[in-house]
Amino acid sequence: RHSVASQLRRSQTRLIHVGDANVLSSEIDKQSAEYKDNAKEMSKLVTQLRNVTSQVLTGGGAKANERHTSRGKLLARERINLLLDKGSPFLELSTLAGYELYGEEVVNSGGIVTGVGRVCGTECVVVANDATVKGGSYYPITVKKHLRAQEVAQENRLPCVYLVDSGGANLPRQAEVFPDKLHFGRIFYNQANLSAQGIPQIAVVMGSCTAGGAYVPAMADESIIVRRQGTIFLAGPPLVKAATGEEVSAEDLGGADLHCKTSGVTDHYAVDDEHALYLARQIVSNLNTPATNAYNDQLLHSIATTPLDSTAAAVEEPLYDPLELYGIVGPNLTKSFDVRDVIARIVDGSRFTEFKKLYGETLVCGFAKLYGRTVGIVGNNGVLFSESALKGAHFIQLCAQRKIPLVFLQNITGFMVGRDAEAHGIAKNGAKMVTAVACANVPKLTVIIGGSYGAGNYGMCGRAYSPRFLYMWPNSRISVMGGVQAANVLAQITEDQRKRASKEFSEAEALKIKQPIVEMFEREGSPYYSTARLWDDGIIDPANTRQVLGLSLKAALNNAGHDTKFGVFRM
Amino acid sequence: CLATQATPKVQPINKIVISNRGEIACRVIRTARKLGVRTVAVYSDPDEHSLHTEMADEAYRVGEAASNSSYLRGERILEIAKRSGAQAIHPGYGFLSESVEFAELCQKEGVIFMGPPSSAIRDMGIKSTSKAIMAAAGVPIINGYHGDDQSDECLQAEAKIIGFPLMIKAVRGGGGKGMRIAEKPEDFLGALNSARTESLKSFGDSSVLLERYVRSPRHVEVQVFADQYGDAVYLWERDCSVQRRHQKIIEEAPAPGLSEELRRELGEAAVRAAKAVGYVGAGTVEFILDKEDLSFHFMEMNTRLQVEHPISEMITGTDLVEWQIRVAAGEPLPLTQSQILRRGHAFEARIYAENPRGGFLPGAGPLRYLSTPEPSADVRVETGVREGDEVSVHYDPMIAKLVVWGENRTQALNSLIARLGEYHIFGLDTNINFLIDLASHQEFQLANVHTGFIDEHFDTLFPPIVVKEQQLSQAALALIFNELQAASSNASGNQDPFAAATNMRLNYALIRRYNLKTNDKVYAVEVKYDAGDIEIRVDGGAWQVIKAERVEQGKRLKIRANIDNNISTYNANIDGANLTLFLENGKLDLELVQPKFLSAQSDQLGSGGSRVIAPMPGVLEKLLVKPGDKVKKGDSLAVLIAMKMEHILKAPKDATIKSVGGAEGDNLAKGAAVITFVDEEPKEDM
Repeated sequence: RHSVASQLRRSQTRLIHVGDANVLSSEIDKQSAEYKDNAKEMSKLVTQLRNVTSQVLTGGGAKANERHTSRGKLLARERINLLLDKGSPFLELSTLAGYELYGEEVVNSGGIVTGVGRVCGTECVVVANDATVKGGSYYPITVKKHLRAQEVAQENRLPCVYLVDSGGANLPRQAEVFPDKLHFGRIFYNQANLSAQGIPQIAVVMGSCTAGGAYVPAMADESIIVRRQGTIFLAGPPLVKAATGEEVSAEDLGGADLHCKTSGVTDHYAVDDEHALYLARQIVSNLNTPATNAYNDQLLHSIATTPLDSTAAAVEEPLYDPLELYGIVGPNLTKSFDVRDVIARIVDGSRFTEFKKLYGETLVCGFAKLYGRTVGIVGNNGVLFSESALKGAHFIQLCAQRKIPLVFLQNITGFMVGRDAEAHGIAKNGAKMVTAVACANVPKLTVIIGGSYGAGNYGMCGRAYSPRFLYMWPNSRISVMGGVQAANVLAQITEDQRKRASKEFSEAEALKIKQPIVEMFEREGSPYYSTARLWDDGIIDPANTRQVLGLSLKAALNNAGHDTKFGVFRM
Repeated sequence: CLATQATPKVQPINKIVISNRGEIACRVIRTARKLGVRTVAVYSDPDEHSLHTEMADEAYRVGEAASNSSYLRGERILEIAKRSGAQAIHPGYGFLSESVEFAELCQKEGVIFMGPPSSAIRDMGIKSTSKAIMAAAGVPIINGYHGDDQSDECLQAEAKIIGFPLMIKAVRGGGGKGMRIAEKPEDFLGALNSARTESLKSFGDSSVLLERYVRSPRHVEVQVFADQYGDAVYLWERDCSVQRRHQKIIEEAPAPGLSEELRRELGEAAVRAAKAVGYVGAGTVEFILDKEDLSFHFMEMNTRLQVEHPISEMITGTDLVEWQIRVAAGEPLPLTQSQILRRGHAFEARIYAENPRGGFLPGAGPLRYLSTPEPSADVRVETGVREGDEVSVHYDPMIAKLVVWGENRTQALNSLIARLGEYHIFGLDTNINFLIDLASHQEFQLANVHTGFIDEHFDTLFPPIVVKEQQLSQAALALIFNELQAASSNASGNQDPFAAATNMRLNYALIRRYNLKTNDKVYAVEVKYDAGDIEIRVDGGAWQVIKAERVEQGKRLKIRANIDNNISTYNANIDGANLTLFLENGKLDLELVQPKFLSAQSDQLGSGGSRVIAPMPGVLEKLLVKPGDKVKKGDSLAVLIAMKMEHILKAPKDATIKSVGGAEGDNLAKGAAVITFVDEEPKEDM
């Protein structure tokens, strides 16, 4: 008995002494040429990202912005700033959507600003048309971005605030935006179904809402209209004249007075943009959710009465400077790095409890905390072998069982190929991991921090696996395989064809086939190509990864998921 | 113990009633506590929770707000003295301190009145009597002629006696009408006739009086103290020349620029004056001192402890309240004249709730933010209020006295300016900025003081307010740090990334725009906020990188900023749309321009729309309209008395009166609706 007690005491003592044992040791030689070179190149990529972003932020350009603001209207992002709580970050999604997508036509941000921000204490999805960009009309990418925002709202159960200022579908491209399942009509289908699921739909009419656009406020739970700015009608004055000969002004046809006093299409009358956004905040403050109620309570009591520095609630920042990620990762994807060095610069206190560390070493799995919340992290340290895939499937099952959100840090060339690998059942073992990822009913967040190739993209929760949010680093690449590999494959096929036809295949010919393929893969594998098409939710500065994941996780936890039922794991 | 005294009549005092309020009551309590004397406070209704009520050992309600119904109720206070078992009453200053009747009543009831005998109060209270006594005691008085004989011959003869320059004043005169200065004897008749003519025209009476004219008078007063044994000493003089609305605002001791000989002459004259009326206790003999020839003349004697007594204490190392208590108990003076030394220089600045740029109009209201300089041996903050207290309309609007001491005048003055800069008040208008400007004024620094100082230097004392870019940057920083605090206090520590990543934007910096208004000028201040780095620009100018941090967490907003290679630490307070910066050279009030829609709404809701509100707390003196009356824009609707001043409430538009919010004589809170108009059909806005 005595020895049990002393043993217990010893083990307790040991527990105290090993408190830092799960802290990752990630000292980096910052003087090394490789580090310096990486840091320099990554800084360039981040600078490029900021430059492209600042270009895109000009919206429709100085002239269009001037025309817009001269009418007393605020720009889309200014509207969002006023809608959000003071100090709230704005997790803007796909800022670079539409980037170099329509040739000569510049459709900055796809003509629509979307993202997650906090309104009256609760996270909301904000969808704001940018009327300075092509009159706020819906290009295919605009529709896609709008639908993606609604998807974010649905998956994470976030109220939607639509700041409407749009001429509706882009007529020259009507065939690409109107008829299909995921086209314009889906917006209103979503509004109805989101509302049905208890996800509030709030519309603020700050400009025109013509034709289909008229349904955004009409389908909303509550709507606001700005006098002398907002108009809602199924057909505008020109169409009315053409159809019936009736001559009527836009204001008389569908202005605030008409819709607030006569038609009842809108519920709240705003004298200007700021007023409308104030009213939108009022609506959110009355959603009667725990978050909005807490916010209201906070307003009633002065700030002075609330504890400012509750040390009990403090979380540890990472031990290592996130800016060091530049030097660790670098743009050259053929050079490997230890994903633990990345994890050490993202998670609370750089603490990471690794799972199955000695098995399937090319996949790193373990638990960490992000702003105090437990997450399971899955990161790549090389190509996936059968063991790595089995370990991944096991770990994802654990997280699903325990309802722990998953964070995927993708840097993957794919699953191992070759006779050995096939013989060990890489196909079925890879499938186990893909099944686990696909079915795990917990919030999943993905960051592509390097390469994202082939089935590796699937196993590591690529876009098709519905991560709640997916971001890319500016150094990352995404394609079915590497450009050089693809070129070699195609050259090989041609060479084989030639051989069968007993024809020659010169080195020069091979180069002629390879060159364009390499170039195409280079172009299409770029994160800019991806983000322009909404294959991701945005390119982020590696140094911001912790914050972006933190915000995303907080938003995602509005829907923490429920029990997981996995498909058949082929044994 | 004091063998020199023949007939000791020592009556120990161990409990006193302080028949006063505010800072002086607190001041007396502090010394009493030091001496082990228990204190009894009296309070009016609004003072029930005030500092002096709280500080005293016991407190008794003395009546309603108005002084007549409270602090001036001598009988009630005597009753409290008896009920509480106090032996003495300290009257402070003001209220009953110079009431002959009260002093007599105390005497009759056997309670010690801590002041001079009633006879001395009476003698000094009547101008003509006091002058006669002073003249007899050899105290120089201002010569003059106030007689009925208005013949040219008589007046000319009197003028000769008085001397020149000489002032001829209409007996019924006022506002400078009927007043002439005769520089030399040969000017006299001409000036006399001119004064008579003007007086007759203006007042229907040509009678005049003659007085010696002091071109640049200084107000110099001597602190005296006398005991019950006929001894009296002086504790040097104070200069209180700089005044506004005939009230002192800044005082110093000793008076600058006097020779030791003159100081002694003044002191000895003051002691003669006190002895001539059989004075006991603390008193002040006021003199008018000619700035040019340094001749001085008796003006009056204040038979009480004065507001500005601390500066005399600072240069003599005495506690005059202690002296009062000891002398009242029958002890002899604690020090003889030769033991009263003088060391260094002291200033007192009176911090008032008033608006110096608005004609020093007194104010009232809540002290929503109050922080004072750190008191020390050389810095005294004499006050009776705390943050959250209200400066009441019912009493004197003085918030505090700031008293500083220095080795010499320059040091003391520097300290005064610096400490004034650390006196931070928001909630009501104060004169702190003015005091800083005044104390920093070159002529004041040079001690060229006289009673017309503020009038003479009006333009330089009230320079146009110029807001510097740096100040706007400081303001913007305050707003940013305040937001950071608001954001983090909304969350549980830093567990909330939405709070931790304040203002974060992806791959670009958020630009916040603030429109700041001061003096009817609006400045657009933009703040670029990017992960801790702050850039600010004003009115579309160049971006300036600023390093800044919040020095203290908690309620106070204290910021250290490096703007344009100049590091400053300052406090700020944000209260709704009001932003106050407390800077080295005083405070700067800024207003965040509110969204237009608010005014679009208040056109119908606030003052200027459907109702007229009381601009400050006060008493509704007169109602000039009744429900149903039709008024035109600009018509007078009601008269409000606040701080003994009339405020006429006028109609903001043509309207019909719907209702009135009170009856004549009612006390109105600030913002109370006085008049409500009949609603009109909204024309356009909803």
